[in-house]
Amino acid sequence: MTEEEIRALVLRVLGEVAPDADLAALDHAADLAEQIDIDSMDQLNFVIGLHEATGVEIPERDYPKLASVDACVAYLAAALAG
Amino acid sequence: MPSLGADMDAGTITEWRVSPGAQVRKGDVVAVVETDKADIEVEVFEDGVLEEIVVPAGRKVPVGTVLARIRAPGEAAAPSEAPAPPAAPPVSEAVAPPPEVPPPAVPRPRPPGRVRASPAARRRAEELGVDLAAVAGTGPEGAVTVADVERAAGAAPPSRSERRQAELRRRIGLLMARSKREIPHYYLEDEIDLGPLAAWLARENERRPVTRRLLPAALLVRAVALATREVPEMNGVFEGGAFRPSASAHVGIAISLRTGGLIAPAIHDVQDRGLDEVMEALRDLVVRARRGTLRASEMSDPTITVSNLGETGAARVYGVIYPPQVALVGFGRIRERPWAEGGAVTARPAVSVTLSADHRVSDGHRGSLFLAAIARRLSRPEEL
Repeated sequence: MTEEEIRALVLRVLGEVAPDADLAALDHAADLAEQIDIDSMDQLNFVIGLHEATGVEIPERDYPKLASVDACVAYLAAALAG
Repeated sequence: MPSLGADMDAGTITEWRVSPGAQVRKGDVVAVVETDKADIEVEVFEDGVLEEIVVPAGRKVPVGTVLARIRAPGEAAAPSEAPAPPAAPPVSEAVAPPPEVPPPAVPRPRPPGRVRASPAARRRAEELGVDLAAVAGTGPEGAVTVADVERAAGAAPPSRSERRQAELRRRIGLLMARSKREIPHYYLEDEIDLGPLAAWLARENERRPVTRRLLPAALLVRAVALATREVPEMNGVFEGGAFRPSASAHVGIAISLRTGGLIAPAIHDVQDRGLDEVMEALRDLVVRARRGTLRASEMSDPTITVSNLGETGAARVYGVIYPPQVALVGFGRIRERPWAEGGAVTARPAVSVTLSADHRVSDGHRGSLFLAAIARRLSRPEEL
């Protein structure tokens, strides 16, 4: 997957988890939880959505590495390359 | 028209998903009802043939109105004799879908390709009748934001979601005022050591695939449901001047909405469901609450409510009971606290649990036993 495809995928899954959030206004470099009020249930649904779309299994200890859209893209890109 | 909460007196059918003559099965969603809180999917509770739609889409009718007739298997077809559905209460001005906002005066042609915009911005554009292709986006890579859409719409009248928000807030106010007026609340509070639970959860989640991971919320809900077996006067409804206990724990889950307000749909029969099943139900319920696709059965009959502030909330919550229920259990943020035990102080993950209960049904002693039962269940997470 290209970085652009991964970014689109991350935004799609976020949109499913938080349908009531305005994702177009997101700053991709800034903290996700602060911008759209992501709680632990949203976080879990998010990693499940990413797993279902890519097959990447994200352990709980790696959740802090998914703090922003950019960080998610970098994490998935590395996981998919590995 | 099902009652979807003590504060609902009427609802509007917005959509029928089946036509007369269609086979329906128990649990099928057949219609969508618009209430002041959300759009709710209405299921059927028996198998059969949808013989007749009594209330067409667009009509607002009082709770209790027959919406459609279902012929059970083997039952003879009934003659068509449906009485006219009653009109909604005077304040509700039957029918009348929300007025459509006119499209922009000068529609511009949509360029080829999909406009970059979030689902929320698309919904807002649809509500305001704004052509997304004609909006200059200010988000990343020119994406159209909700603010862009609203700017493009100019001085638009309040949207359907804004009207609903205002109504939701008004309804919450009315219900909570009624609760405080009618229910003699008492409050109890305790602090629970979640050390064993946190350790067990970490071990469990380490070995579980991501799709089966557990969150503390599932264990809290399950512990409350099991504790109602020991103190049944916390679980049920107070109606007609008397308490009616419930054999099942239908636990209402207070879910906050990003658009403001909160909603408390139920997970049914939590006492009989395993932890994995409760976790799955919780995940599903939160997503559907925020998407606006809850079902009528989930809104109609919670017997006790759990309010869990989660990991980013305040340290404790003193809830207001949802009538006609008689108890609400509140959990604050799980946080590390100094914990004194056996003459030593250690740092432990702990949670504050509060009970708001109805003095017409129980007293502080029974409430204390209830909190103790919750704490005991949470100290043995492997048994949940």
